[in-house]
Amino acid sequence: MDLDIREFEEVCRDLYVRALKILPPDIKAGFADLQRAETSATGRAILDTMVENVAVAERTKNILCQDTGIPIYNVVIGADVRFDGAALKAAIRRGCERATKEFSLRSSVVHPITRKNEQTSCGIRVPIIHVDFDDRPETVAVEMIPKGSGSENGSFLQMLLPSDGIGAAKRFVIDRVIELGGRVCPPTIVGVGLGGTSDLCMHLAKVAATRPLRSVCSDPEGARIEAELSRAVNELGIGPQGLGGRSTSFAVHVELAATHITQNPVAVNIQCHSARRARATFTPGGIAFE
Amino acid sequence: MAHHVLDMPTGEAEIRALRIGDTVTLRRWLFGIRDATLIHMFDRDRRTRLDLDGHAVIHTAPNVHRVPVSNEAPVGFAPFCIGTTTSMRMERFTDALMEREGVRLIVGKGGMGPATLDAFARRGGAYLAIVGGAAALETTWIETIVDVDLDDLHPESLWQFAIRDFGPLLVGMDSHGGSLFADVQRDVAARRDAVIASLEDAR
Repeated sequence: MDLDIREFEEVCRDLYVRALKILPPDIKAGFADLQRAETSATGRAILDTMVENVAVAERTKNILCQDTGIPIYNVVIGADVRFDGAALKAAIRRGCERATKEFSLRSSVVHPITRKNEQTSCGIRVPIIHVDFDDRPETVAVEMIPKGSGSENGSFLQMLLPSDGIGAAKRFVIDRVIELGGRVCPPTIVGVGLGGTSDLCMHLAKVAATRPLRSVCSDPEGARIEAELSRAVNELGIGPQGLGGRSTSFAVHVELAATHITQNPVAVNIQCHSARRARATFTPGGIAFE
Repeated sequence: MAHHVLDMPTGEAEIRALRIGDTVTLRRWLFGIRDATLIHMFDRDRRTRLDLDGHAVIHTAPNVHRVPVSNEAPVGFAPFCIGTTTSMRMERFTDALMEREGVRLIVGKGGMGPATLDAFARRGGAYLAIVGGAAALETTWIETIVDVDLDDLHPESLWQFAIRDFGPLLVGMDSHGGSLFADVQRDVAARRDAVIASLEDAR
């Protein structure tokens, strides 16, 4: 399969807008689960308002949240696909910029020193692009995540010692969730990275935070910890928007990697309740959006 | 738990009457402000021609459309999506915002800290909690963008919105030392050790 780069650019533009407007079905189902379990009247009222907002956005064709985020594109290239890598990255950048200009989106991206906003949602190394490969025949998948800043500011890395054990990593997660309280727009998805190097650990936390609800860590030990922490965070009482209640998080997700004998790294990255993402898959049969 | 309808701007007595847990609907005017606006106003001593005395500010940087100037768009901006950002980053500006500009109310999400609570008590202010991330809904409460200043900071400009029945908002912090956020934080701190003890290998 040849990847049509002009078509790819159009899709990258459309995915940014789709992600901002349409909440994925797993997050909608997650809201319904939290509404059923919430015992605080304030917490229930806040969850109801969040669900109402999703309906208002669909009805008024508006975006869900004013924060257009930092744009992230995750591309996975399958087998037997011909493409030009540099052209692919340039197409993502053009698609992101075109979405911002053609749909008058707020550009939320600035230079880190001068704080200059180019009004394009682009800047040095932004949009963030990850390219990976798998063995699916003649398939290219692209996922767009507008990562909101209120929750992205809830990011932590700790290079724990092997003698601290996995228990210290669990305490670290609980204590960071407590420290963040309502600032990260709960209910959240708490992304936890375990192992790897410092940079990989932080990346794993982001992968975990942006994974669909009800998906499970592929490692059985990681899966056990995410079930345990998912229960625990909702016993803290932080609740929606930090105003009390059970619904602190939809879930805690864990992703892990092997690490060095001297290391025991743990990272936390939070996804707010506006857990936006959009995907498209290119195959010889056409383009499917989800 | 009273409900208050406030026609902005308002005075100290009306603000002192607000108690945590009450709800508020704002009418007439609301000003949008956030990180860069406050940094330029207070760290770089830039002045605004907009009069914030007795007014409410909301922590926001809106999505707007540039349109021809008309009655509906007096400064050539139409609201597209206006929502609320995390307040805590702006904690150190509350006192100056109240002292120099006369601001009475802050609308935000996630709550603010002890410095803000202290400023509210001394000067007569309150924090109104909105549901963060519910921006599409919030936008339906905004009628027009009537003015904008410091727009070189766009979108972190100082915005003036005409509003209709903006709310209900929850009084999260009041001028009597009350904070729903601090109350929840104390409750969470009291639960922390039991939650940790329930985790395998984590005690």
